[in-house]
Amino acid sequence: MSPQPASDTSRQHGDAAAVVLDNVGKRFGEVHALRGLSATIRYGRLTGLVGPDGAGKTTLMRIMTGLLVPNAGSVTLAGFDVVKDNDAIHVASGYMPQRFGLYEDLSVMENMRLYAQLRGMDAERNADLFAELLDFTRLGPFTTRLAGKLSGGMKQKLGLACALMARPKVLLLDEPGVGVDPVSRQDLWRMVQALTDEGMAVVWSTAYLDEAERCESVLLLNQGKLLFDGPPQELTAQLEGRSFRLENVGAERRAVLTEALDLPSVSDGVIQGAGVRVVLRAGAGTEQIQSLADQAQVELAPVPARFEDAFIDLLGGGPGGTSTLAERLPPVELGSDIAVSCRNLTKRFGAFTATDSVSFEVHKGEIFGLLGPNGAGKSTTFKMLCGLLKPTAGEAHVVGLDLRHATGAAKSRLGYMAQKFSLYGLLSVRQNLEFSAGVYELEGNTRRERIEEMIATFDLGDWLSATPDSLPLGHKQRLALACSLMHRPPVLFLDEPTSGVDPITRREFWTHINGLARKGVTIMVTTHFMDEAEYCDRVAMLSRARLIALDTPDALKRMAVSPQRPDPTMEDAFIHLVESTEREAEAAA
Amino acid sequence: MSGSLLSFTRLRAQFVKEILSILRDPRSRMVVFVPPILQLLVFAFAATLEVRNVDIAVYNQDAGRWSHELVQRLNSARFITHVRRVDSQRQLHELIDRGEVIAALAIPVDFSRTIAAGGSGSAQVLVDGRRSNSGQITVAYLSTIAAEVGAAVVPGAQAPNPVVVRHWFNPNLVYRWFIVPGLTGILALFSALLITSLSIARERELGTFDQLLVSPTSTPEIIISKSLPALAIGTLLGLFMISAGVFLFGIPFTGSFGLLLASLVLFILSVVGIGLMISAVSATQQQAILGAFAVGVPAVLMSGFATPVENMPVALQWMAQAIPLTHFLVIVEGTFLKTMPAADILANLWPLAVIALATLTLATLLVRSRLQ
Repeated sequence: MSPQPASDTSRQHGDAAAVVLDNVGKRFGEVHALRGLSATIRYGRLTGLVGPDGAGKTTLMRIMTGLLVPNAGSVTLAGFDVVKDNDAIHVASGYMPQRFGLYEDLSVMENMRLYAQLRGMDAERNADLFAELLDFTRLGPFTTRLAGKLSGGMKQKLGLACALMARPKVLLLDEPGVGVDPVSRQDLWRMVQALTDEGMAVVWSTAYLDEAERCESVLLLNQGKLLFDGPPQELTAQLEGRSFRLENVGAERRAVLTEALDLPSVSDGVIQGAGVRVVLRAGAGTEQIQSLADQAQVELAPVPARFEDAFIDLLGGGPGGTSTLAERLPPVELGSDIAVSCRNLTKRFGAFTATDSVSFEVHKGEIFGLLGPNGAGKSTTFKMLCGLLKPTAGEAHVVGLDLRHATGAAKSRLGYMAQKFSLYGLLSVRQNLEFSAGVYELEGNTRRERIEEMIATFDLGDWLSATPDSLPLGHKQRLALACSLMHRPPVLFLDEPTSGVDPITRREFWTHINGLARKGVTIMVTTHFMDEAEYCDRVAMLSRARLIALDTPDALKRMAVSPQRPDPTMEDAFIHLVESTEREAEAAA
Repeated sequence: MSGSLLSFTRLRAQFVKEILSILRDPRSRMVVFVPPILQLLVFAFAATLEVRNVDIAVYNQDAGRWSHELVQRLNSARFITHVRRVDSQRQLHELIDRGEVIAALAIPVDFSRTIAAGGSGSAQVLVDGRRSNSGQITVAYLSTIAAEVGAAVVPGAQAPNPVVVRHWFNPNLVYRWFIVPGLTGILALFSALLITSLSIARERELGTFDQLLVSPTSTPEIIISKSLPALAIGTLLGLFMISAGVFLFGIPFTGSFGLLLASLVLFILSVVGIGLMISAVSATQQQAILGAFAVGVPAVLMSGFATPVENMPVALQWMAQAIPLTHFLVIVEGTFLKTMPAADILANLWPLAVIALATLTLATLLVRSRLQ
């Protein structure tokens, strides 16, 4: 039973309009966050607000809750104008911001009481409502725990409970899936489903395009403009018959992908385990891709279209397949076939074990993924491998060098690209490049040549005196990659390299990474994008500080095959693995 | 090559990065350039320990010649703006209660008569104890005036006050002569402290610090490259203040410039070490700024700038010796006014060197320990 306004009035709304957006525009200085947006959000439905970072999702959410005033157009929520009837909006809507909006030093119960009091409700007299909310969010056993000590998923549930306190008619959730492991995310979907069944309008904003497919209706935003409004199936239907997979290409898949992407008839392509998935341009025939399949002696099978295919198609297709960067790079020479290795790697912070006895070996030229939810120890393990953290026990080697002893020598052989592209925001693009060259001791002609080469490869010539923050996201990522590759490292560490990046930029990024791997550069990558793990040769799955599985993406997916799920995704595989290891642990205990 | 502890190429790259980060950041520029100029104006013109522009109340019950003389002298005293005449003891109390006057003089009926009879006349002085410091100074001024009246009573006789006070080094007790040299140290302290405490924290916020740590650069290089810009800016600021003292305020500069410059450099180095320690333990720039003030303000209070170190409890006196500003104040004040001999300067210079070495070493260790 959901605690929602199961009142008859809301049920009557049925398909009535909950939010009406009429030609909404919002500017911040010179930046157009939203441009001429018109759409209708209905009761009793889950509406996805989908788009990459910077598309305008949060701006639109904040306008709908009356926290921002639009520059143009009007917005009505539950019949109230967000500007004129601002007070009514706060009663009619529940908003869960990205950063939870919880008081971390208060307990779960204290947070709920506080939100109830802020809404002018008497906590004592609403004991039933509290019990209902706690039951609904399954937070009952944790009422005395501090909000700051909850896991990402539990924080989201508590945030949801607080947003539901006033029994809103319209519930706005800003990126509720971020920082939440797949298991908790399932839970959130279930709760939202229960709410829409009761007649509430729920808006779920997300940068994950795969989440869009689970929504009943989707508003697809890109750079402040509405690209699509309707059920996601309607959009993917347009792509019917254009998605194919080259099955079991195996070791040659990167070369095949490059060739496929360079075909004029192919609009987009990604690696999926051992296969290559391609999307053809509208109206293009299958001849070219068929001949490529014949040439590689593999089978070409039609596959259902995905929402992401449709998004990329709307944007005019993905980038080409050839990496100008990798073309210029000489092949990597390494003394040994093992580029990175670790044995019994363990890290403890006080009583807490972040990484528990992890061992693996990574071969030269391999793309190796570390996968896991937040708090699984992925980041700690990664930091020990590249020398940012000292292990409590065990050892890690990069190109045969122990990072604890031969630090300088080992460090000059590895490249590192941090999350959110850590660039010096106060320095210009050229100064950033100069700095990277200098800190890796490039001098004289080599230095000049490398910098010019990076500028030419990544097409940064027009931006040299701009600051990184003013660059478009794609260029910013190119600059970060240029800085980390300046010294031509044989091993490249990528920490969540594509979080929040639009799919086109992600494609371009992976084109370079695939090119580098083909030249023998070893790539270590962490990601929480489950489908991105498909690009990896092998994936190490971490859960609760332990390595729970290490295999090729296809093999991991095979483990999760069941009669109900003949073709599981990486996310299915992950949930399956986590649940089965937990069952084993319980059985052992 | 890459295994070496110090590399010129790497150092140069980082030094350029640090300088550009400070100069291209409007906030850093504000931190560096605005407070010094503001503080120079505020401290030099507004903050003063002299008593000026005060009102005094007088309840004169005596109609005689000597009380008249006394009031006349009060009227013409330059530190008094108004002499408020009142007609009752009650009014006198009210004026003090309301804080309208800092002190009140009650002259008894028999004041002139007693003096004429050859006795010594006495008047009552009431002082506002809430403003004890200014009050005491006012009382001292009033006593001087009373003594002058006394001298006029017996013309030709010996002055009633045989002691002549002569203030060495600052004969007219010009307050600025004392405060401006001290400001040199305080301003250099805060600029160097803020620049360095922000530097690592800023990189940590941006995420570039991890980027730096995975590069072949060594911890000593990071410390050196972050020290140099702060050292350069702190020294320039110190020199700016010294020249303002000499040329703008005309404070006599009697000591050795070379020794003062050497002390300034060592002083700033020791502050840079403290700033880098704060930065190494701060996760955000906000924490770093709070840390800088949490350290900087007590350091100034205990340094002997506001109150003499000798007045503090012994334990705090020992602590004061660990504060770089304590030693630098002695040197800078001595160099300006006292022509402090080289030996005395060196006696305060070596503690600075020890502190600098200790703080910079600790900062290096702290940055390195963050890698654990």
